[in-house]
Amino acid sequence: MRFNALSVLRQGLAGNTGWRPHWRKPDPKPEYEMLIIGGGGHGLATAYYLAKNHGLTNIAVLEKGYLGGGSIGRNTTIVRANYFLPGNSEFYSHSLKLWEGLEADLNYNVMHSQRGLINIFHSDGQRDAAARRGNAMLAQGDDAILLGREEVREILPYLDYDQARFPIYGGLYHKRGGTARHDAVAWGYARGADQRGVDLIENCEVTGISVDAGRVTGVTTTRGQIKARKVGIVTAGRTSQVAAMAGLRLPIESHILQAFVTEGLKPCLDHVVTFGMGHFYISQSDKGGLVFGGDLDFYASYAARGNLPGVEQVMEAGMTLMPMIGRAKMLRSWGGIMDMTPDGSPIIDRTPIDGLYLDAGWCYGGFKAVPASGWCMAHLMATDQPHPVARRFRLDRFATGDLLDEEGTGSQHNLH
Amino acid sequence: MKRRDTGGSALNRARKLGFSFDGRALTGIEGDTLASSLLANGARLVGRSFKYHRPRGVMTAGSEEPNAMVEVLRDGSFHPNIRATMQELHQGLEARAQNCWPSVRRDVMAVNDLLSPFLGAGFYYKTFMWPRTFWEGLYEPLIRRAAGLGRLPQSHQDAPHEKAFAFCDLLVIGSGPAGLMAALAAARAGADVILAEEDRQMGGRLLCDAGQIDGMPGGTWAAGVLAELTDLPNVRLMPRTSVFGAYDGGVYGVMERVGLHMAAPGRTPRECYWRITAKRAILATGALERPIAHPDNDRPGVMMLGAVASYWHRFAVDPGRVVVFGNNDHALATAKALAADGMDIRAYIDPREIAADAPFKTYQGEVIGTRGRHGLHSVTLRHQGRETRLEADTLALSGGWNPSLHLACHMNGRPVWDAGIAAFVPRPDMVPGMAVVGAAAGQFSTHAALMTGAQAARAALADLGRSAPDTPLPQVEDAPYALTPLWQVQAKGRAWLDFANDVTTKDVAQAAREGFASVEHMKRYTTQGMAPDQGKSSNMGALAVLADATGGTIAGTGTTTFRPPFVPVSIAALGAGGYGASFAPQRFTTSHAQTRRMGAPMIEAGLWYRPSYFPQATDRDWRCACNRETLYVRHAVGVCDVSTLGKIDVQGPDAARFLDFVYTNTMSSLKPGRVRYGLMLREDGHVMDDGTCARLADQHFLITTTTAAAGEVMRHLDFVQQAYCADWAFRLISVTEAWAQFAIAGPLADALLGHLLGDVPDLPFLGCTPVTLGGVEGRLFRISFSGERGYELAVPARYGADLFRQLVALAEGLGGGAYGMEALNVLRIEKGFVTHAEIDGRVTAFDLGLQGMVSAKKDCIGKAASQRPGLTGAARLQLVGLRPVDRQSEITAGAHLYPCDKPAKATYGQGHVTSVSYSPTLQSWLGLALVENGRARHGETLRLDDGLRGLRTDVEICNPVFLDPDGGRMRD
Amino acid sequence: MRLPCPCCGWRDLREFTYKGAADMLHRPALDDASGWDDHLHNRTNPAGETRDLWYHDPCGTWVCVTRDTVSHAVISGATLGEAR
Ligand SMILES: Cc1cc2nc3c(=O)[nH]c(=O)nc-3n(C[C@H](O)[C@H](O)[C@H](O)COP(=O)(O)OP(=O)(O)OC[C@H]3O[C@@H](n4cnc5c(N)ncnc54)[C@H](O)[C@@H]3O)c2cc1C
Ligand SMILES: [Zn+2]
Repeated sequence: MRFNALSVLRQGLAGNTGWRPHWRKPDPKPEYEMLIIGGGGHGLATAYYLAKNHGLTNIAVLEKGYLGGGSIGRNTTIVRANYFLPGNSEFYSHSLKLWEGLEADLNYNVMHSQRGLINIFHSDGQRDAAARRGNAMLAQGDDAILLGREEVREILPYLDYDQARFPIYGGLYHKRGGTARHDAVAWGYARGADQRGVDLIENCEVTGISVDAGRVTGVTTTRGQIKARKVGIVTAGRTSQVAAMAGLRLPIESHILQAFVTEGLKPCLDHVVTFGMGHFYISQSDKGGLVFGGDLDFYASYAARGNLPGVEQVMEAGMTLMPMIGRAKMLRSWGGIMDMTPDGSPIIDRTPIDGLYLDAGWCYGGFKAVPASGWCMAHLMATDQPHPVARRFRLDRFATGDLLDEEGTGSQHNLH
Repeated sequence: MKRRDTGGSALNRARKLGFSFDGRALTGIEGDTLASSLLANGARLVGRSFKYHRPRGVMTAGSEEPNAMVEVLRDGSFHPNIRATMQELHQGLEARAQNCWPSVRRDVMAVNDLLSPFLGAGFYYKTFMWPRTFWEGLYEPLIRRAAGLGRLPQSHQDAPHEKAFAFCDLLVIGSGPAGLMAALAAARAGADVILAEEDRQMGGRLLCDAGQIDGMPGGTWAAGVLAELTDLPNVRLMPRTSVFGAYDGGVYGVMERVGLHMAAPGRTPRECYWRITAKRAILATGALERPIAHPDNDRPGVMMLGAVASYWHRFAVDPGRVVVFGNNDHALATAKALAADGMDIRAYIDPREIAADAPFKTYQGEVIGTRGRHGLHSVTLRHQGRETRLEADTLALSGGWNPSLHLACHMNGRPVWDAGIAAFVPRPDMVPGMAVVGAAAGQFSTHAALMTGAQAARAALADLGRSAPDTPLPQVEDAPYALTPLWQVQAKGRAWLDFANDVTTKDVAQAAREGFASVEHMKRYTTQGMAPDQGKSSNMGALAVLADATGGTIAGTGTTTFRPPFVPVSIAALGAGGYGASFAPQRFTTSHAQTRRMGAPMIEAGLWYRPSYFPQATDRDWRCACNRETLYVRHAVGVCDVSTLGKIDVQGPDAARFLDFVYTNTMSSLKPGRVRYGLMLREDGHVMDDGTCARLADQHFLITTTTAAAGEVMRHLDFVQQAYCADWAFRLISVTEAWAQFAIAGPLADALLGHLLGDVPDLPFLGCTPVTLGGVEGRLFRISFSGERGYELAVPARYGADLFRQLVALAEGLGGGAYGMEALNVLRIEKGFVTHAEIDGRVTAFDLGLQGMVSAKKDCIGKAASQRPGLTGAARLQLVGLRPVDRQSEITAGAHLYPCDKPAKATYGQGHVTSVSYSPTLQSWLGLALVENGRARHGETLRLDDGLRGLRTDVEICNPVFLDPDGGRMRD
Repeated sequence: MRLPCPCCGWRDLREFTYKGAADMLHRPALDDASGWDDHLHNRTNPAGETRDLWYHDPCGTWVCVTRDTVSHAVISGATLGEAR
């Protein structure tokens, strides 16, 4: 069924009883051409583009819980293309272009909202770094505007310009940056993949990867053995465990990132604002809650929940940057598991095992990457060649030193 | 609804309080909450619902309230989303309804209710997609405006808030019978006890139940226990305090309302955010009554039965004609007790068979509808196949009770289904060190509450190695609790599950139909449970309806996860201390006061404050000052406080060996009395920091770090020592704050020193020596970050302020003066010295042209990794100098570089500019840049493009050392 | 969360700076390129018991903490000397 205003009207008049499931719930077949482990954003997008771009539909996505239950449904939904290192820049630029056509492509309103993102900077040195970034964005064909303090004040009058510990010098404005509705992205890709014939199999945990003579042959799951000649590991925070089933030890450490939402408020914050000194970012959801977060909790963890020092750090940063939010109340806090790499950039590559592919290391920036990651992973799995915009996301780049370290913090996983 | 003439245990009838709601002047009584006073004034309609803008009134008497959210005037502005049930009334309180326009009675957005067939679960995922540009321009703004609840004022929230730490043996959460009993038993045993209670008054359910304990009213028993606890020095009673989160290691997040109930709190903190570390905790948070999903169950006047009882007993609110709809014995007993107490109960409706021995009419049946535009007028019920309409002012619902076990689930523990009470109950040890007792554990009788409270206290004491004196259990008689689950009434019309988010049983059924059949999917698709009450009143009902729709069981369907906070907590309190300048520590040098007196604007560097420049009256702009100060150093003498550099003292027989290991170059060959520039790598082969290393004596070194990296370097050195050199004989310690250190630079530096010291020690370049100034032991280093003949003079920090004053005066006498960071930056760029603008964490020694400093003869931290192929070679960005071809043309840091004949496209990028300055010495703009294969390209011209600032100019690549490349000026 | 410093006893998480897995305590030989790759980048990253390195900022002690990455239970702390 196509979704549009008319279908909503028609169904509404008929008591909304005619809607059908957005995707089927098939039982796993004994064999597929390809398997995608992980029904998060990246896994579902990979399946979708395998079907759509490469005509491959004998595919299953294996999800241990329910689709979209991992980080795809827990993130703070910021979508931007403001990376500056060659290798990252073209990839995120590609991703943003896909975002811009996503609703039409998926026939699903993922509420991609290009409301503009403003990175606040607080010193001359930070301005220089922002300029370097902004110029890289322009050179990539994306948009960027360098704002002075007064220009920022015009757009964001509620920031504390007078007494913040780190005075506001200006901001880097990325107008095409914004947010989207995270769950809808997972569901939209799921529905699109399902409609093209992909089997989405929930409650199906992969517990083993079968390898024969250096070649993958299939997987063991809680719902039985499934054979396949190509298997993609797309399990974000759980990547190390899944890869270990094939004997791989990866450059990944899992960390917690917390996020927060306030009770609903009338529109009061129209952009995405990030605060460089305090590791704080915020936007307002369409429902009215302020959605915000900060840095990692900093210690390796799979608990998907954080502790108070991390909470306080974020709240204090919010209070110094935009003291108005002191009157709002935090309604809910949660955590997700982040697959942190030693340079903060992802991996989309083959592994040393034939037929086994890896899409991982998204750190806390993998939401915006979902379309391009799916696109490039599908390309890799279908053609065995890296997609040009993802060619530097190699697994061996740490060994060779061809790093993509946007933060410049070096080979410590939690510092990116 | 009105106030009864007598009763009201919470009220002090002697004090009347004037307040207003939506501009209407009303009167309440001291002890009221805003909700109780509104009800007593007959104000049933207090707000509008989230999505359909339906009229809504007070439903509960606690923090779980889904409906009665209002805006309250505090500190000059209206604060959004305040629960009327939690806001204590004070003189002059002003409140207003929210999410309605123009008024709560006539709200234009109420048309949404008529459109509800089209606004069901997830409708927005299916439409608003065409045309693409209308999303940001039209649809989204419309949705945003319709959504949201209260309005957030834009002004700063600067009212005082505090945070604090506390520690205890036992934290008891909740002060009902179970909590009081637990606290009492532990307190008598001498344990440090904190008893936290969300309400203003301690006592929990005992404050509004009619039952007897030890032959006295429950409230009287509670008062006795509280009197004893108050007198004990080892007990801290914390009323108005919500424990909102359970965290690792026995840490609890706790919010205390300190001044929110005061008319004029002044400097009293509004709230205090506590971090309580408890060796053991007892969760005694009771249970929450659950509503029943029947058509039109969201009308003002529909309330929870327990809340009706609470308003009656504590606040003397008369609910008028009451119809009770329940499914459990407790509901019937409560109705009887209330009737006996004088409440006008017209009917009791229950789908179960009930004995007709009540003083009111009973019906075996179900409520299938309600009427009343802005408040309940009548209730329609179905029994024995007939429909009957009963006039009523209040419909009191009781669908059973849910243990309030949220905190026990904060560490991902899953509760278990207890079919006997049709509710989820906690498992043991869901939170390490926490026991759950009383109703929170599904023990619904007062006797069981007292017993489990006492038992848990005894167990906690035993864990802590304390013996507990026997605290006898008080005598109580209470009836068992029996119920037949009733989640939804099958009848025509919309029946609400989540009142706060406007989710009905139809939405849940539709979600299931659309495949969102797992509980987490249903929640996300319908938004059930994501409203300000976090699903406290709706989770169970929604689960049951979902189980029904999917043909599953509730136990099999499972719950969603409870996450902190238990109740919403204000960001001002959680972020207390963050507002304004106190967000991060500020570090000041010893010259700070003098520098400020000289009018210098300060900039922050690694938490320190340093002068930008020293202005003079005749300066046109900061550049004048910067040029002047630069020329002081080039032509006379300049003075600059460099104390912010990290200083680390390294001593011992193996000190030199250690430094050889952490620096790329060799320090062991350094002679005592000499200084060497040193480079440190991170273990991953990139440059971490640079600085100097002075050998003060054979086994005594002093090394410096950059200001920003001081902490990181110290941590790193401690790590290298403890991890890899544990048995080497040396020690290191940070002495950054112990010394004030000043650069004295310029051709007249010796003259200045001569005035100061009398005798200038004959120091070679890169020499160091102890000196004495006026009896104070100092240190003199002949080092230079400016390229001029220069010194750094260090004295113990307490003499820093004095020395700075003297140095500035002496420099001024010689035609020089103090210089700030701007001039310092010009001086170092002229000399091609790098800072963290260049050492940005991605560069290697090779990139900086310092590969010669990586000794081939020894291992050092970072050496192995620096040899990876990707870290060397022509493809690397290498440090170069840049000059504009047109010398007067400005260049900018952050600009990118391209071949002159190519457009500014990423694919053609050659590198970028890291630092720039205008050099008054060379009368030109100068830049440092990182350029692909840059060292081999000196003399080549590139196009500098700063598209952001519309600047484009040709630049020539050159040696990064612009001035005095052989270093004669600083050396000779 | 609270962590045991061998020098100061159990202290609040706020006082510590995290580094990473304790695998890092063993430095490969200078010419062992793959050893270095593994040392710097690859992690077992267990879901369960792990040993990792924390700096106790107030006293300057590096602590090797044994703890659980799933439950966040903290089991013990040792100096690096004891841990190696
Ligand atoms: C708090 C927070 C804020 C964030 N904010 C942003 C942001 O603003 N912008 C942004 O771009 N990114 C953000 N991110 C990051 C982003 O959400 C993630 O990088 C991204 O979602 C990860 O990819 P994914 O969607 O495929 O992962 P997931 O959704 O986690 O998917 C992985 C899936 O694999 C499944 N799986 C795991 N093991 C197995 C197994 N053995 N068998 C079968 N299935 C398995 C999991 O159940 C899961 O569903 C944020 C993340 C968090 C937690
Ligand atoms: Zn310590």
